[in-house]
Amino acid sequence: MSLDGLYREIILDHYQNPRNRGELGDANAASHGLNPLCGDEVDVFLKLEGDQIDTIGVTGRGCSISQATGSMMSESIKGHSVAEAREMAQAFKSMMTEGGSLEDRDEMADLEALQGVKQFPVRIKCTLLPWTTLTDALDRYAANGESR
Amino acid sequence: MFDPQRIRDDFPILQRQVHGKPLVYLDNAATSQKPRQVIQALSHYYEHTNANVHRGLHTLAEEATEQYEAARRKAARFISASGPDEIIFTRNTTEALNLVALSWGRANVRAGDEILISQMEHHSNVVPWQLLAREKGARLVYAEVGADGLLDLDAIERQIGERTRIVSLMHMSNVLGTINPVAEVAKLAHARGAVMVVDGAQSVPHLPVDVRDLDCDFLAFSSHKMLGPTGIGVLWGRRSLLEQMEPVLGGGEMIAQVLDDSSTWNDLPWKFEAGTPNIGDGIAFGSALDYLTELGMQAVREHERELTAYAMETLGALPEVTIYGPRDPAKRGGAVAFNYGSIHPHDVATVLDYEGIAVRAGQHCCQPLMRALDVSATVRASFYVYNTQAEIDALVGALGKVKEVFGDVAGRPV
Repeated sequence: MSLDGLYREIILDHYQNPRNRGELGDANAASHGLNPLCGDEVDVFLKLEGDQIDTIGVTGRGCSISQATGSMMSESIKGHSVAEAREMAQAFKSMMTEGGSLEDRDEMADLEALQGVKQFPVRIKCTLLPWTTLTDALDRYAANGESR
Repeated sequence: MFDPQRIRDDFPILQRQVHGKPLVYLDNAATSQKPRQVIQALSHYYEHTNANVHRGLHTLAEEATEQYEAARRKAARFISASGPDEIIFTRNTTEALNLVALSWGRANVRAGDEILISQMEHHSNVVPWQLLAREKGARLVYAEVGADGLLDLDAIERQIGERTRIVSLMHMSNVLGTINPVAEVAKLAHARGAVMVVDGAQSVPHLPVDVRDLDCDFLAFSSHKMLGPTGIGVLWGRRSLLEQMEPVLGGGEMIAQVLDDSSTWNDLPWKFEAGTPNIGDGIAFGSALDYLTELGMQAVREHERELTAYAMETLGALPEVTIYGPRDPAKRGGAVAFNYGSIHPHDVATVLDYEGIAVRAGQHCCQPLMRALDVSATVRASFYVYNTQAEIDALVGALGKVKEVFGDVAGRPV
């Protein structure tokens, strides 16, 4: 595995020009994700309309892999339903940890570039952080809905 | 004559290539490489001597015992202990510090007492005291680290009070490189009736350390950071304290007489060494001590002071680099923590690895210090006897590659 295989152009593009970057003032679901061992932080803000993820904002600080993943994730889940977003989170985790594939998933095409990270086992958790933060935000939203 | 080029010939691993580039090993604060003499001592022991110590009456057992106890005598001489009975072999520094907390700490710390450490401590000199404080209802107090990477002796004097039972500081920081004034702090601690514990994991491998000068009560250090094998470390303790202390582990070797309901303890230091010890690694550690003694610790210190000064100058000349810790090479050792622009240390370390350069990146087991510095992590280059200025040039050159990969690196460190 070469260095270019890890830092693919598409990953660096998302790192340098993150999509959907920023907090959402009108978010109705949010979560803060922290990887205490490397200090990576990701904040996910969601504006949900019923079961639909209408808008997403992502902020954070950390390595290129964690921040680029947050950007790619935001693009892929925006406009999808909560169930679809959860399913994408599963599919992504499966690709990184169980040899799953993202082929035939156009909305997740950029995320496939993160496959190379699998060659660097300590960095896999960097790719999972935005997704676990997203899942936590959705869990909180669901729990709030029940209490309403 | 201290000649790093000749020293390098003793370290087989330095011939290795990583990603097609010559290995530049700058992660010595994590663990050092081992000279052929140490590797051979280990294999020689298993090929010629292997036997259990202190019990057999056969030739191998006598030889193994003699070699193991010789290593203890070398460790005692290395830090100018008053005798080998003050040298307790442990697995590492962490276990040595835990031994103090579990034995002296449990017997002497009471509810409302205080334990003083600092913000720059390694987790191994934080968590054992947290556990002790929680068990006893004692309070853990932190001495602050200044923006200059130094501790404030006056502030420490104010923080050591009537209730302070233990003061425990690292002699040299594994992140900032700061050499702390532990001898001065020991005086302040003793004036208030507290014991002084010194975490020597980074100092004993790199500086001349004499426990009579430090006048501390306990000193902990590890073999693997000073050319020896992993799995063996030392707790030195003042004999009068060790004699009063209860063992932490019970079993063979540490007893004198075992009755049905109770036992009596073996003499120092074996009272604290239950079970079959790490004989082979202990003997090889003795070879590492011989190697360093031959080089001379003052010469080791001088070599690293020069390398550190050179690294501070050349790294510091890069506008993207932020260096942490004291500027003055006289006040610090050869662990240099830095950040490169806004690029996360893990990304920097990965790019450097592809240039053959091994550095540490992360929090260095020092989360309280990272919070005090307000950074999430740092890169760290740390030097030892076999490192050269050319390797620091390689590091500086390879940092340019980080810019090539990530483009704009400007911004606050992550």
